[in-house]
Amino acid sequence: METTKNLTPDLFEPAETDVKEQEQIARKKLTFWGDVWRRFRSNKGALIGGILLLIIAVMAFIGPDMNPYTYRAQDYSVINKEAFGDHWFGTDALGRDLWTRTWYGAGISLLIALLAAAFDLFIGVPYGCISGYYGGRVDNWMQRIIEVLYGIPNLVVIILLLLWLDPGIFAIALAMGITGWITMARVVRGEMLKLKSQEYVLAARTLGASTSRMLVKHMLPNVMGPVIITIMFSIPTAIFFEAFLAFIGLGIRPPEASLGVLIEEGYKQLQLYPYQLFYPAAVLSLIMFAFNLVGDGLRDALDPKLRQ
Amino acid sequence: MGRYILQRMAYMLITLWVIITFTFFLMHLMPGSPLQNVEKIPEELQEAILKEYGLDKPLPVQYVQFLGNLAQGSLGYSYKYDGRSVTDLLMQGFPASAQLGIQSIIFGSLVGVLLGSIAALRRGTWVDNTANVISVLGYSVPSFVIATLLSYYVGVKWGILPTGLWGSFQHTILPTLSLSFLVIATIARYIRTEMLEVLGQDYMKTAKAKGLSRTASIGRHALRNALIPAVTVMGPLVIGLITGSLVVEQIFAVPGMGWMFVESIQVKDYTVIMGVTIFYSALLIISIFLIDILYGVIDPRIRISGAKE
Amino acid sequence: MEKQNLLEVRDLHVSFKTYNGEVQAVRGVSFDVKKGETVAIVGESGCGKSVTSQTIMRLIPQPPGWIKSGEILFDGQDLTKLSEKQMEAVRGKEIAMIFQDPMTSLNPTMTVGKQIMEGLIKHQNLGKDQARERALEMLRLVGIPSPERRINQYPHQFSGGMRQRAMIAIALACAPKLLIADEPTTALDVTIQAQILDLMNDLKEKLETSTILITHDLGVVAETADRVVVMYAGKVIETGTVDEIFYRPRHPYTWGLMGSMPRLDLSREKELTPILGTPPDLLSPPKGCPFAGRCKYAMKICKQQMPETTSLQESGSHQVACWLEHPMAPAVEPPVEMVGGGSK
Repeated sequence: METTKNLTPDLFEPAETDVKEQEQIARKKLTFWGDVWRRFRSNKGALIGGILLLIIAVMAFIGPDMNPYTYRAQDYSVINKEAFGDHWFGTDALGRDLWTRTWYGAGISLLIALLAAAFDLFIGVPYGCISGYYGGRVDNWMQRIIEVLYGIPNLVVIILLLLWLDPGIFAIALAMGITGWITMARVVRGEMLKLKSQEYVLAARTLGASTSRMLVKHMLPNVMGPVIITIMFSIPTAIFFEAFLAFIGLGIRPPEASLGVLIEEGYKQLQLYPYQLFYPAAVLSLIMFAFNLVGDGLRDALDPKLRQ
Repeated sequence: MGRYILQRMAYMLITLWVIITFTFFLMHLMPGSPLQNVEKIPEELQEAILKEYGLDKPLPVQYVQFLGNLAQGSLGYSYKYDGRSVTDLLMQGFPASAQLGIQSIIFGSLVGVLLGSIAALRRGTWVDNTANVISVLGYSVPSFVIATLLSYYVGVKWGILPTGLWGSFQHTILPTLSLSFLVIATIARYIRTEMLEVLGQDYMKTAKAKGLSRTASIGRHALRNALIPAVTVMGPLVIGLITGSLVVEQIFAVPGMGWMFVESIQVKDYTVIMGVTIFYSALLIISIFLIDILYGVIDPRIRISGAKE
Repeated sequence: MEKQNLLEVRDLHVSFKTYNGEVQAVRGVSFDVKKGETVAIVGESGCGKSVTSQTIMRLIPQPPGWIKSGEILFDGQDLTKLSEKQMEAVRGKEIAMIFQDPMTSLNPTMTVGKQIMEGLIKHQNLGKDQARERALEMLRLVGIPSPERRINQYPHQFSGGMRQRAMIAIALACAPKLLIADEPTTALDVTIQAQILDLMNDLKEKLETSTILITHDLGVVAETADRVVVMYAGKVIETGTVDEIFYRPRHPYTWGLMGSMPRLDLSREKELTPILGTPPDLLSPPKGCPFAGRCKYAMKICKQQMPETTSLQESGSHQVACWLEHPMAPAVEPPVEMVGGGSK
């Protein structure tokens, strides 16, 4: 080595050592949610899904007002016409504007799904929290109930309930919420059990944190991830079910529109006017696609095993 | 293991009883009489009919009778199809539905396992991305949309395959395909996740350190470990298939149970609705139970620890 | 009598690509393993000892990892140049490996017997029955009672110690020339640790296998190794025989390691002295000696240049990379407690 030749004695004087300097963490530390966001962003699919969702949500809001027609106004002079003029999606068998109806219907479908998700949250999360946090006999009984209910296929319950209730926005959401919360409760309980055995929770408890503080400060933030993921997957399921119910004749009543109702109406015209099925079906598929992409992205981003 | 099975069976019975009771009371609390759609039936005749079906008795009595009949395998008689028993109708619709279900599970699982494994092995490449898009599409696009598209293009426009009716294998192709999409999507995604998990396990390193080739270590070590937990998705899949069959059978005019169920919902044929509901529930509960048992049998870890319990 | 080198690692560099940049896990590592010898690689976690050992078997995942430069000569053959196919013939047959955690290193859904037989069938062209016979023999050799019953059992039916014995049986089944044991006892109970070490020592003598033992436990080193390689921040900073490293260590880091280990031969009042600070981040390794920041004796030169590896005159086997060995450096005596044992 050349450099070794020009060594001077002063280089061999003691150097200041600063241990603190060494303790400094050279790497930029990412917070948990910061890391989640970073990984979510780097997931192209999730990003596309998110943007799609945003566009659809905005369209559900402003779409129906973009042309002069309302979702229920019939015009017998323009029956079953493919896209023309400002009827961008054409008209249906009663001369109603399909563009307006599609976006209006998308809004209703989303509303039903959000309502159903809200049911999941308000029943499922507390149920799971209580069951998982208290454990013991409380948990035992609550689990027995869940075990029985979980075995009931929700398809059957939803259909029966809707035969009984008059299918409206609220009734459909209720029927789905009544069955949907069970999954949520199971997810939350599982997380709670996992968390309870973790050391930091034990540490907080040894330091005298109260039960409510424990639940709100320590457990809930950690349960958030799985809860959000569950919601992200239960919303498309609800949207699917709404459409499915409409298809078998248990949807909301015309002239109200939802994507399911529109698809059902479009299906009747399929042989002659396939476009009437195409638009609502495409929007429905896009919504579900977007939710699933975002849900997948979130799940990957929140999975500690996939952290790098 | 034996204790576990008994306990599970007890739960199955309770669940089934809850469903039956729930169904029964819901159906009998429906507003209006089952005869409301039938026009101009003389009063006496209506009463006679109600009596014949046992609908004039108090509800609790009817309930006990219903349970008694059920225990003997009788689900009552259809309101709509005069004189046909519900069991009869079920047996008539079951074979077609079962054939569709089994075909789509077999086809869908094969494609799904293939797609999922390839995606995991080629993680991050275009192959993986394509497989992912296919699987997300597979359960984003509802079966009735897929079914209508298939029926419109393959059936009507191109005229390659029959779009309706029942009889030969060709009639089953389109409905089977429509139902398989969900199976493919679910299995592919599950296998991919499991496979990635397994590939990162230490024992895969051990296999490599033994000098096994990549093919051998995947075939002998990874696949088996990834397939075992995939059995558990079969439960939700059966549910998904039943749901799908309701509309797919409608679209392709398959004379199966799903078709019959939708028909009975539309004409409010309560006894048939009740019968099919109970049948579906029993089918699901039993298949989930069987899947759990199967899982225990093929996973050596559960097989043994279950025995100790 | 000088024994022949079985393995020569020459200036090995291994890096990993991460989201934050290139992590230089191994930065110019060289050492030899002679036939029949046990070499221990010691160092803190993250010093690159596991990466080095996995690179020898070419087990590091590529990507994100890659061998930047260097040679791994095994029996005169450069392993870094072999194709994946050629490497398969080396793994398990010539070089075998035991991993840290016997709980996760065995396939849970395959019987232990089959897992032992796999390598035999692949490398020794044995039939199923012969392989089974040999597997039984191996189980007996590693001290597993009633092997006829055990051979058909699954890993979860084995205790931790038993599983590690099974791992050893898998590794030694094809009588490899070199065994790499990566922290083979870390995950085990203390009582079991001793049994496993005894077994390894035993088998090493019986089968004349060379061994590379990766560990951070100096007690294990003293008990099993012939020579020691001390690694720090991806570099070898000192090598020597066990006696040289334990009784005449020359690098301040080695002094620190010794000082942080409880010893029976020193006075009881003596407290353990931890090494203050943390190793440098290998995303941006320092240009000078990586230990300079934590070193009590650090000089200006230490932070500017990496010292060359010096062979000590007293013995050709003892090498150290430290500026204190330079003639211009002030004479520094190791802390008193280090020389407590005196020269043996």
